[in-house]
Amino acid sequence: MLEFEPFYLTVKLALTTTIVLFVLGVPLAYWLAFNHTRWKVLPEAIVGLPLVLPPSVLGFYLLIAFSPENALGKFLESYFDIRLVFTFPGLVIASVIYSLPFMIQPLQSGFNMVPVSLIETAYTLGKSRFTVLTRVLLPNMKGALISACVLTFAHTVGEFGIVLMVGGNIAHETRVISVVIYDEVEAMNYQQANVYSSILLIFSFLVLVSVYTVNRKMQKIHYQS
Amino acid sequence: MIAINVTRKLFGANGELRLHFETTIANGELVTLYGPSGAGKTSVLRMLAGLLRPESGFIRIDDDVWFDSAKSVNVRSQNRCIGIVFQDYSLFPNMTVRGNLEFALQKGQSTKIVDDMLELTQMTSLHDKKPSVLSGGQKQRVAVAMALVRQPRLLLLDEPLSALDSVMQLKLQDYMLQVHHQFKLTTVLVSHDITEVIKMSKRVLVLEEGRIIKDGAPLEVLSLQSLKL
Repeated sequence: MLEFEPFYLTVKLALTTTIVLFVLGVPLAYWLAFNHTRWKVLPEAIVGLPLVLPPSVLGFYLLIAFSPENALGKFLESYFDIRLVFTFPGLVIASVIYSLPFMIQPLQSGFNMVPVSLIETAYTLGKSRFTVLTRVLLPNMKGALISACVLTFAHTVGEFGIVLMVGGNIAHETRVISVVIYDEVEAMNYQQANVYSSILLIFSFLVLVSVYTVNRKMQKIHYQS
Repeated sequence: MIAINVTRKLFGANGELRLHFETTIANGELVTLYGPSGAGKTSVLRMLAGLLRPESGFIRIDDDVWFDSAKSVNVRSQNRCIGIVFQDYSLFPNMTVRGNLEFALQKGQSTKIVDDMLELTQMTSLHDKKPSVLSGGQKQRVAVAMALVRQPRLLLLDEPLSALDSVMQLKLQDYMLQVHHQFKLTTVLVSHDITEVIKMSKRVLVLEEGRIIKDGAPLEVLSLQSLKL
């Protein structure tokens, strides 16, 4: 029988990750887009790391860091009574790190696509950087905002390696759809694995279709203006 | 009065250039900056606007210092009280015509000036339209109106009409002269069109390779310039 809870946990994880990454991603992408120091390549490379690193490598180091046997895990547990390993909050932190480039890179491109003369005009009208960000930059890069959020959400839904490493396979806590599919295959319940997999496949396909449609529409508006 | 004496190294298509710009502009005067591409006209405008930092020198407007390298003073663009109009209009595409003008309002400033500007630019009937549906001439009228809403101490126009056809250019030149006579704003207009310079200003500064090589009435300066072999 199809379980509902893994779907709920997957959506909850993807939604939380997207919201947390959006809040952190806007200032970080803004800094990367408008800062011209040569040291910028270092944070850029760190942000891009999850694109090339196997999820198991990232998961392994996070598992070590979160472990109560080591400094960070011990500190969090003894001072704040927080345990991150094999828990939902730990899974969110791992997902945030793993999906970082999917939020930051579209946002950074979006910031760079807004004409500089618009930003300069706003400054000469006496507007602060914050006003320029909220009234000029963000409203004129809606396509990038939507792409960043949808891609982050979809990428988090598709996570497997890092989820298994950091979250374990704990029912009601960290057992998301990708892990359930793996379990079903291991147990040779191919029929059940097929149902979960088809739902994930259709969902991912629809997400990409919607991103491309929105981008096309935004490009049309951009060229018209 | 504006007193400017600035230097800066510039990098352009023709290689490195040493800009040294020194002049004074009387209050209410409309001065044009004329010269070939890459002479440093736009850089001077950007320095006045606070968008480009000079390496040394000073910029003063009446008793206020906007830039002084000796005293490490560099007033930010936001606090210079200027209006600037770029060649590409620079209207905010997410706002309506009225929204663009309202965005230019300063804290506590009455919204009446927005209606006045809409009337002056004959844009009242199009106040709820987005910039994307306006013609080039209409966009540029809105851009000028937006620069005027703040009631700036200095108006900077960076080749504002060069993207328009000649008929529209003539109409907008008349409109900008009308605006200048009405508001008596100190204005610096960058242009590479001799007829525009002659029509719009009583004083032209000819810039070549980063230096003022001529300063005077356009008819005298430019007719001699064009006769030079």
